[in-house]
Amino acid sequence: MLMLECPYCGVTADETELSPGGEAHLTRFGPGASDDEFHDYLFMRENPKGVHFERWRHAYGCGKWFHAARATDTLEVFGTYPAQTTKPPQEILDKISAKRPGWTWRDLK
Amino acid sequence: MSKPVSALNGAQFHGIAEVRDLGLQGMITLRGDLTKPKLKSAVKSVTGLALPKTGGILSDETGSVAWMSPDELLLLVPYAEVDAHLATLQKDLAKEHSLAVNVSDARAMFSLSGPKAREVLAKLVPVDLSPGAFEPGMMRRTRMAQVAAAFWMMDEDTFHIICFRSVARYVFDLLTVAAQEGSEVNAF
Repeated sequence: MLMLECPYCGVTADETELSPGGEAHLTRFGPGASDDEFHDYLFMRENPKGVHFERWRHAYGCGKWFHAARATDTLEVFGTYPAQTTKPPQEILDKISAKRPGWTWRDLK
Repeated sequence: MSKPVSALNGAQFHGIAEVRDLGLQGMITLRGDLTKPKLKSAVKSVTGLALPKTGGILSDETGSVAWMSPDELLLLVPYAEVDAHLATLQKDLAKEHSLAVNVSDARAMFSLSGPKAREVLAKLVPVDLSPGAFEPGMMRRTRMAQVAAAFWMMDEDTFHIICFRSVARYVFDLLTVAAQEGSEVNAF
């Protein structure tokens, strides 16, 4: 069972109380972007075995979107943080580095 | 005008805990920036209560103020006074970016009481309800089987539960099954 702490209401929510929102930190390519950029934005997603950054919504609780850093292979959760950001906070990156030396995810490491 | 009644019109069930439809309850959803002093004073003037902390609920004899999300409160007031309170809120918050709506008739409210109330509710929600983890003064919005619900404790043996009116019968039936005779778990 995956349990994530909602950074807004502080509740440790069970997976069934949340709805998944796919990969986090996507850059939106819209009008004016090249076809390749738009294609990658639409279709190219990470599918890692290990560290992953995702969007979740506390659907049955406060209704807010947040981000979660977790490991897809062990369901270990490294941390959750509010969605008003374009990259993970340094403390969460440090925590992942301490537990999983040498990890990479897109251009993060 | 037709006479307003609550969804289940006072239905009751007695098992290992008592389930009761609480009848008409005035509810106002208030959205806005909860850090604004204007909003705090408006809530104070309507309910006489301060703002609850994150995930909390404050009550007195006539009503409650519950924290619903970082920008949303639920004000529980007597059913007959909703329109007057709504007018006050809208006047006080006319210049603030905010929203106050009467949701009284969109909701149903139940009480679940008795020494086994904790374990009856624990069968239905993905929440740690052990004494110490969930106590009076806390408000929890969550999922009750397949529908959204929220609950808080009035005292050690009494929960109040709110859900959408359209699923009132479903929630009442869930509670009665969870509270049926002989279904004690004795977990707490």
